[in-house]
Amino acid sequence: MASTLLDTLQQELVPAAGPAALSHGMLVFTLAPAELLPTVGRLQREFAFDIFLDVTAVDWLGQTPRFEVVHHFYSTVHKLRVRLKTRVPEADPCVDSLVPLYGSAAFMERECHDMYGIAFHGNADLRPILLYEGFVGHPLRKDYPKQQEQPLVPYRT
Amino acid sequence: MTMYARTIPIAAAAHSKDASFEYLTTRKDELIGWARKFSIFPYPFVTACCAMEFMSVSASPYDTDRFGAALPRFSPRQADLLMVVGTVTHKQAPVLLKVYEQMCEPKWVMAFGVCATSGGFYQNYAALPGIDKVVPVDVYIPGCPPRPEMVIDGIMQLQEKIARSSHPIITKSF
Repeated sequence: MASTLLDTLQQELVPAAGPAALSHGMLVFTLAPAELLPTVGRLQREFAFDIFLDVTAVDWLGQTPRFEVVHHFYSTVHKLRVRLKTRVPEADPCVDSLVPLYGSAAFMERECHDMYGIAFHGNADLRPILLYEGFVGHPLRKDYPKQQEQPLVPYRT
Repeated sequence: MTMYARTIPIAAAAHSKDASFEYLTTRKDELIGWARKFSIFPYPFVTACCAMEFMSVSASPYDTDRFGAALPRFSPRQADLLMVVGTVTHKQAPVLLKVYEQMCEPKWVMAFGVCATSGGFYQNYAALPGIDKVVPVDVYIPGCPPRPEMVIDGIMQLQEKIARSSHPIITKSF
């Protein structure tokens, strides 16, 4: 069942979504930023990927485009996971928000915005969720100094 | 070097027929210190996995009640000892400071575990590198997490410190 669905996904989505790869039984697509929202919409409507698991990013410092935004989805019908990778440039690190499709995307996109500075078009609330107001920079970017602190309370001397 | 607190020197009245205590002699600081060191009500500021060890040391097998330090007060205003158990992040540091400032004198602070002591292995953007950057600390307990024996040793060293220190409650009229 899973393998036939993988075949179908590959045939149906590959023209739009670029070359697909199979990694540990998970289908991996590499997309252009503009294709993300339509592809996710099709995954949700036509292929029953009903759970949005995670969004995170990878900072390939030194490569262009620098960032890779990674989405994971799970289908409770097919018991199958799919991973979407979208490369975005450092100058304009932004992709479409998935909030219109999955409500749970709101908080996860806030975290990704905290840590990597990825902007999500359509997410109206990108306030810090794990960091605090006034934090400068994005700590999981590779060029953030490892031990740079931004204390909220002045240190005792 | 004597490690732990002396008991109050008690002199029984020599002329008493039944040898009951008619008077005792001590230093006033020592008397107050003796009373205070057996009533250190802790406020557990518990943030991370050291909490498991805190539960273990509070429960009957190790029983911190033997040192008068068993009754956790869940309001800092009623507590004497702030036990900071676990990692404190920069985001949490203002909360820790507020809790400390709400405590009444006399107050003591214990850094429980290596994260509270120095940040431990969290040397990064998120973690406070030791709570002594924000509040003064009286006793540090190393370990990740510390063994209950080390916590008990820390409590006993704190008791020693309380017993030896001078207590500003004592004035000329007392």
